[in-house]
Amino acid sequence: MIRQKWWKILCGILLIYTFIAGFLGGVPAKPILNETIRNLYFHVAMWFAMMVLFTISVIYSVRYLRTNNHKYDIYALEYTKGGLVFGVLGFTTGSIWARWTWGAFWSSDPKQLGAVIALLIYLAYLVLRNSMTDMDKRARIGAVYNIFAFAMLLPTIWIIPRLMESLHPGGMGNPALDTHDIDSRMRVVFWPGAVPGWTLLGVWITTLRIRLAILTEQKEGLHPAPNQARKLRNA
Amino acid sequence: MGEPESTVWKGLFWMMQLFICVNAVAKSFLQEGKGRLLYFYTIAGPKDFILSKLLFNALLMIVMALVSLGLFVLMLGNPMPNPLSFVAISCLGGMSLSLVFTFLAAIAARAQQNAALMAILGFPLIIPQLLLLSKISNIAFEDVLQGGLATMSAVLAGLDVMIVALSLILFPFLWKD
Repeated sequence: MIRQKWWKILCGILLIYTFIAGFLGGVPAKPILNETIRNLYFHVAMWFAMMVLFTISVIYSVRYLRTNNHKYDIYALEYTKGGLVFGVLGFTTGSIWARWTWGAFWSSDPKQLGAVIALLIYLAYLVLRNSMTDMDKRARIGAVYNIFAFAMLLPTIWIIPRLMESLHPGGMGNPALDTHDIDSRMRVVFWPGAVPGWTLLGVWITTLRIRLAILTEQKEGLHPAPNQARKLRNA
Repeated sequence: MGEPESTVWKGLFWMMQLFICVNAVAKSFLQEGKGRLLYFYTIAGPKDFILSKLLFNALLMIVMALVSLGLFVLMLGNPMPNPLSFVAISCLGGMSLSLVFTFLAAIAARAQQNAALMAILGFPLIIPQLLLLSKISNIAFEDVLQGGLATMSAVLAGLDVMIVALSLILFPFLWKD
């Protein structure tokens, strides 16, 4: 499935549709939001993509622990990195949006804090992996932390911000994306276009990186890289 | 000097708990010698081992929280209208902090790193709990009760149950070498 073409073409079409319909299509006129409401197609859809990539990463971590297949560890690592990229993008687009609607890039809102914490949790995952040199151990402990972190992440960004007062839609129990936030003109761009479009782009980037990582490891298995060879000689 | 305002008091208290927890709980795994771990390996299974660690650290942190609560009231005064409910909240808080850090200490110990790694792993994961705790503390600090605080306490308790369950499931993978 990974090497097939159709979903990459679909991804391109969906993103072109998102950009054209997103910038030219009609949007409801809202006070304060005005035209910034178009950011929904980018900011919210990128968070969706991040959550999907992190979820795939956890599934591969579980599969690694069950099978000890080294390939799944590479999958989990690269999906985490892909998710981080989309998390940073979602955070940046969100703070630009906040600049024009809430008045500042950063206002210590529970949702913003939750987003930064989510990114820090996964950066810590990379730090943890890099602190070990043994490949099996790194994979196993990394997988354990990844599962634990994901389970802690869900309340951090899905439950706790909803219990607190927030400027962000979706606070105090009411979910965002309900009928008086967006209308049907926006919904036909958001759900079929932006969400799957950005998600597929994330998966595409990640699969490329996975293939690169596997090729690099195969090459290094045959000829150790210069710095590794030096390390072996000094040891 | 005078006594600090109630928000400062509350913030100081939870920050203090965080650092007590990092130091107290980190010792339980990071100062375990190789020989002693080998001994544990021969007499107990991974689930018994992590369960006993969780239990011991939870008790330790509850005692620590109560001692520091006593010292705070003694030295910084008592800004709370409902001090009794804060005793219960600090027990719940100390326990929640200790559960997260026990499992992270287990991970950090397997990575054969110092306590610095545990801080890097722990701080992002613990901030949501601290946010919840400082909100829940309002039960003791304010005469007028806000809505939703009972829900937050339930979320925190649910989080604790989840952490224990995850530790039981995941620790066996850290145990065998």
